[in-house]
Amino acid sequence: MCGIVGLFLKKDDMRPQLGTLLSDMLITMTDRGPDSAGVAIYGAETPGQVKITIQSDTPDVAYDGLVTAMATEIGVTPDLRRVDTHAVLTVAEADEPAARDWVMARGLRIMGAGHAMEIYKEVGLPADVTERFGLRAMGGSHGIGHTRMATESAVTTDGAHPFSTADDQCLVHNGSLSNHNQMRRKLARQGVHTTSENDTEVGAAYISARIAGGDSLGEALEGTLRDLDGFFTFVTGTRNGFGVVRDPIACKPAVMAETDDYVAFASEYRAFADLPGIEGARVWEPEPATVYFWER
Amino acid sequence: MSTIDMAQTPLRQVNETLQAQALAGANAEYTLDNPRGAHAVAVGLNGPLSVRVNGSTGYYCGGMNKEATITVTGSAGPGVAENMMSGTVVIEGDASQYAGATGHGGLLVIKGNASSRCGISMKGIDIVVHGNIGHMSAFMAQKGNLVVLGDAGDALGDSLYEARLFVRGSVKSLGADCIEKEMRPEHLTLLADLLAKAGADAKPEEFRRYGSARKLYNFNIDHAGEY
Repeated sequence: MCGIVGLFLKKDDMRPQLGTLLSDMLITMTDRGPDSAGVAIYGAETPGQVKITIQSDTPDVAYDGLVTAMATEIGVTPDLRRVDTHAVLTVAEADEPAARDWVMARGLRIMGAGHAMEIYKEVGLPADVTERFGLRAMGGSHGIGHTRMATESAVTTDGAHPFSTADDQCLVHNGSLSNHNQMRRKLARQGVHTTSENDTEVGAAYISARIAGGDSLGEALEGTLRDLDGFFTFVTGTRNGFGVVRDPIACKPAVMAETDDYVAFASEYRAFADLPGIEGARVWEPEPATVYFWER
Repeated sequence: MSTIDMAQTPLRQVNETLQAQALAGANAEYTLDNPRGAHAVAVGLNGPLSVRVNGSTGYYCGGMNKEATITVTGSAGPGVAENMMSGTVVIEGDASQYAGATGHGGLLVIKGNASSRCGISMKGIDIVVHGNIGHMSAFMAQKGNLVVLGDAGDALGDSLYEARLFVRGSVKSLGADCIEKEMRPEHLTLLADLLAKAGADAKPEEFRRYGSARKLYNFNIDHAGEY
């Protein structure tokens, strides 16, 4: 069991509230996943700049002098914004590959990267994780989140969701994939590599590989129904929006709500209880084996 | 008429109050405000009581109901009225998966759509869905009636026993051992009664009946080689 939530705002004037609304949704899903929690927030973009979200188990040491070291060693001077165990490094688009290689060579984890997306995830209760990262204060256009009750791999930061396998793309998952080892090998032969033993990361990598190969988000999500075996309710985030797909058996719960102001997704209706105007929202259960997505 | 605000009163206390009132048998009326999608609302009511839930509920609302009448003005999460024995549960919105599962008796009315596995393993309950139902509904259904005014999803009535299934709209596919059967006068009478009880505006003649071909009841020696 896990809890997943998503919120896509249709109106810009609600953007400052995104973090608060998403935090409440996530904390309500604690019963479904108390092990770890994580969010992907699609926030402000700076033209020509990419944000790389990194994580360290020893942030005091890891981030001390990091900017100077990167500037000295590869000639890239990032803007560093530390958020608890995470830090967001902002670099020019052209410097992203070099910055990523340098960060990884230093033994730091990359949670995700993109023009808009920042990813924050850690082991712990959702209320504690959101507090540590100051999620309530974060604004943005849309975000997805996950509360984890681990089944397929260990309870670690690496095993927490969302998983990002391409810039501005991420995935949260409720369920378990049964052909993930086979798919991981298949993707590896195509040059697509994953970093954890987690089944969901393979799902994320599959979707990213399809999009990199020219598929639309909708086509990539259709592909999961054919190529991934197991139970899943997936919510994917992209730079412009989010998508939802459930496996044909659809035993993992899902509910959606839409008003003039937002589209919301959750594992359970409870997560919607504090959303503004939910009383008048259109609330429905997404159909099995059917792809839904919203883009701005 | 008593009102309980679930934003102020813990769920356990709400259910204890309702259960005690049901046992007292005075057919009292309760309104629950602010259910906020809570699980297990108004479960285990073991006697006559009328409960109106203003809003939407989570898992297992009205589970194990006996004699009580429960109305949810919003939508219900998975397993609504699971294992109901008697009484009536009305959902004015949609119901999520396995609505009315294993129900032994009583009436479950869903005014919106029901999701997958509606009436799975039903054992005597009557279920009337004004909208559509999802896949694998009435799987291994043993007894009772499932009435659907809209359409049914894939594998309706798979491995069915003696439950009767009535669908007005289309059936995407029938499950193993489920077949269409003739609608006889007694079925039209039964259906008219269920539609009236459920406040459904439909004519019995518009429905088709489905039931068990009874081919899976016994081991067939001709299939021995397949095991």
